[in-house]
Amino acid sequence: MLYESAFQKPRQAKALLKKLEALSLATGPIRLMEICGTHTMAIAQTGIKSLLPKNIELLSGPGCPVCVTPANVIDEVLRLSSDPHRIIASYGDLLRVPGSHRQDTLWHRKAMGAHILSVYSPMDALEAAKAHPEKEVLFLGVGFETTAPGTAACILEAARQGIRNFFVLSLLKQTPPALRALIEAPDFKVSGFLCPGHVAAVTGSRAFKFLPEDYALPAVISGFEAGDLLASVFKLTQMIADRQPALYNEYIRLVKDEGNPAAQAMIRQVFGPGDSVWRGLGSVAKSGLRIRSAYADFDGARRFGFAPKETEAIPGCRCAEIIRGVLSPWQCPLFKTTCTPKDPVGPCMVSSEGACAAAYKYSE
Amino acid sequence: MCLAIPMKLKKIEGSKAIGEAGGLTKEIRVDFIDTPAPGDYVMVHAGFAIQKMTEAEALENIALMEEIEHAL
Repeated sequence: MLYESAFQKPRQAKALLKKLEALSLATGPIRLMEICGTHTMAIAQTGIKSLLPKNIELLSGPGCPVCVTPANVIDEVLRLSSDPHRIIASYGDLLRVPGSHRQDTLWHRKAMGAHILSVYSPMDALEAAKAHPEKEVLFLGVGFETTAPGTAACILEAARQGIRNFFVLSLLKQTPPALRALIEAPDFKVSGFLCPGHVAAVTGSRAFKFLPEDYALPAVISGFEAGDLLASVFKLTQMIADRQPALYNEYIRLVKDEGNPAAQAMIRQVFGPGDSVWRGLGSVAKSGLRIRSAYADFDGARRFGFAPKETEAIPGCRCAEIIRGVLSPWQCPLFKTTCTPKDPVGPCMVSSEGACAAAYKYSE
Repeated sequence: MCLAIPMKLKKIEGSKAIGEAGGLTKEIRVDFIDTPAPGDYVMVHAGFAIQKMTEAEALENIALMEEIEHAL
């Protein structure tokens, strides 16, 4: 990509870290939260935590769309997968997430004969519907604002082509309302936010202005390479040391103030805001995206009577607290003992972007 | 799932395009890209290009990072 190595291998990392050490003595202990599954992984893979001064703690928030999907939603999806005339198309990392019962996952159901298809893009699910006109294809639309435009475009394409056996279960969520719910929770103790670079590429950096404006919290829109992460952590720490919370865009090569208007327009055309339940946060008003009535023919929730039931969490599972950054993976009693990537209890361990998966794989 | 990769556009046909990265090519959608052209760099997420990146913008970002590195 353009000048990749400049972003991947920061030349002045040593000097930056030295200055960061000095800054961190001025700030005292601070907690910086990222709210993006890709950031969780990028931070783990670059090993950046081991370079940071002791006073700076990096933690994961509710940024993994698979992780924030509640257990009873997974249960309902599993129920829907049992119909032999249905194909469930899903992003790969949702396949191994258990619902309320350990070992019961889409992957397990596939082994038992259910038609489950792993897809990279919603367009692949649409192609499957065209290839199997005798079946109904239900695409599991998880994700945040980065994924929403593509899901919308896919529904529009299905409408354009007159496909009648393609449905989307919209489990899409919006980042800002969840951030507000997180900040307003009584146990919130975060000094600043690393904001998701690709969500911001779609929504625009302006979507995160509310963090300093409404909550006096410093926020940096960050890219995903080592250079981006270091620069972003530095800017955040600097703002905290100066007591000058503001919104700073570090990822200027991709993120504009207004974002991507075409993508935003497509989201608005197909989806409207609705209440949504987040694992760890409960129900958050207007935090979900619902398929508009004009596209009801493609609404999987409507077509298949999607109705999640009350369930209980698997005993011992701390995903809800980990998703909110209240506990770290190491503080969960099941981490690495009962809960491992091979036999996970909750989504944080299963998802390729879960906090526990990152901690386990990259052994902090 | 959320792995976004930068790709270089090779051929464009309406809302579809061929993107290239690391020697591999893939068909992607460019529905949200304003006037996509061969040679443009885009960030691709779940099969859709979400934003374009120009050489000027990449250089600007490098300059920004250098500014941060040299901050007092």
